[in-house]
Amino acid sequence: MIAGWRVFGLGLGLMLSASCHADGAAIAKTGAGAALACQTCHGPAGEGMAQAGFPRLAGLGARYLSRQLDAFADGTRVNDVMMPIAKALSAADRAAVSAYYAALPVPTAVLPTAPASAPPAAPVSASVGATLATRGRWADKLPACEQCHGPGGRGVGPDFPALAGQSATYLSNQLTAWKTGARPPGPMGLMAVVSKQLSEAEVRAVADHYASLPAKAAR
Amino acid sequence: MITARQWLYVGGALAVLAIGVGLYAGGVFDYFGRQAYSERKMAALKSAPPDAAASTPRPPNDLAGDPPRAELTAPAAKAGASVAFRPPPETEMPAGEFGDVIRRGREIFIDTPRAAPAYVGNSLRCVSCHLDAGRLADSSPLWAAFVSYPAYRSKTKSVTTFQQRLQGCFEYSMNGRAPPLGAPELVALESYAYWLASGAPLDPKIAGRGYPALAPPAQTADFARGEKVYAQHCALCHGADGAGQHTQNRYAVFPALWGSDSFNWGAGMGRISNAAAFVKANMPLGLPGTLTDQQAWDVALYMNSHERPQDPRYTGNVQGTRHDFHATEDSMYGREVAGKVLGASGAPKPFKPLKESRP
Repeated sequence: MIAGWRVFGLGLGLMLSASCHADGAAIAKTGAGAALACQTCHGPAGEGMAQAGFPRLAGLGARYLSRQLDAFADGTRVNDVMMPIAKALSAADRAAVSAYYAALPVPTAVLPTAPASAPPAAPVSASVGATLATRGRWADKLPACEQCHGPGGRGVGPDFPALAGQSATYLSNQLTAWKTGARPPGPMGLMAVVSKQLSEAEVRAVADHYASLPAKAAR
Repeated sequence: MITARQWLYVGGALAVLAIGVGLYAGGVFDYFGRQAYSERKMAALKSAPPDAAASTPRPPNDLAGDPPRAELTAPAAKAGASVAFRPPPETEMPAGEFGDVIRRGREIFIDTPRAAPAYVGNSLRCVSCHLDAGRLADSSPLWAAFVSYPAYRSKTKSVTTFQQRLQGCFEYSMNGRAPPLGAPELVALESYAYWLASGAPLDPKIAGRGYPALAPPAQTADFARGEKVYAQHCALCHGADGAGQHTQNRYAVFPALWGSDSFNWGAGMGRISNAAAFVKANMPLGLPGTLTDQQAWDVALYMNSHERPQDPRYTGNVQGTRHDFHATEDSMYGREVAGKVLGASGAPKPFKPLKESRP
């Protein structure tokens, strides 16, 4: 029996030393104080809820995620649902839950969602979105989305989140929020500058494009 | 006696450990490690102010070994304003076998390590420095280069054809080796450039060529100021350590600006004036023209005051190589920064193609 407890102790020790996401996981699954569990809206695997425009969180950069929670908490990113939740979390909680979601695997089963506006294969819209995403519009010195968000919009490093695996609703809401100033302009003010060069139709086109891409590389 | 339940505890704990190890191996913690390293390195640089700070990058010149200015910059051109030529839209690419080769050329141009792996030694792509797939004026567009060759170059001290010029890109900028003349890769790139130049006059002074030259800086370019510019305007994408950012398959979303994965000391971008002109006209992506001329000079000096792969023309010693190929204040090669002589890395490393570079 004593040997049994030793084995348990060894297991627990290994668990504690290897896992630094305990707090974050708890907040995600059961909430903290007045803050709802994240998974209520963002899904058990952090995959988001496309129809409602709740974003995928799994596999996004920790720094990006905690910057968003901090912005909701201090009111610079305006969102009626997220502001009270972020305010109810301590700075340490926000960092922990960001680290938790950053470490979750990219959802493999994220299904391309139906575009918010046009029917799926609308050729004009699709080609405008794909062109802006992969080539940009350099006549106006507008870079392609993937020049910072990576090939296929799968995200790069801690600061450039994935666009693939997000819903068209979420993506177009965000681009519109940058255009109107409801979302802080982000590092170096890049997204405010970029989004203001997009028409409403282009916002929809590029959002539809990324909503149709898989979150993970094919191979 | 260990019961099944006890095995369960151990198994669960080991699974958590395995996940942790997996994350580590997957590079989740790399960023932090790298940042710590580069902070140490920067502190070392700060504690020993480089003599770079005391030097003035010379305005454009034609000293022995320099790329001729006309090739790198269009001194008369004002950024964008006077550029009349527009390459044809991509929808007009011809069909058929010639069109296939043109498309192949574009593919090599935008994804060089994957499309021309036998000749590329770093993860840069042609489009890293020639934006919009080589179409963009004032970003050293391919169409302007195409109508400018053959030409005499002081770099090679000979008349160079367009394919020979492309060979130089592979050898220096891609830190690789030159494809032989007539190699399918060069033919494809030449075809793409020819098609982009459809309707352009044969004129090495065509507006939009190269990067618009900057006037000499008001204040001597300075390492410490450049370091601040870099931290504020460049590091978000290129990393505090200048190594760029890559996908897990080594595809460079943001190219390395110095270090072993960057262009070597023989590349044109190693010239401070050239780098300053590029930066001023094109960086940061999406925010062009937001840096002052002075900031562009300072950050170009900063970028080119770091170590990078050896000049393939290395003569056997640094000062001899500097004398033969870098005898200009526009190059930091062979000069001392933070107690170390740049370029003192020995003979060029044998060429090693990249194993993996997929988006």
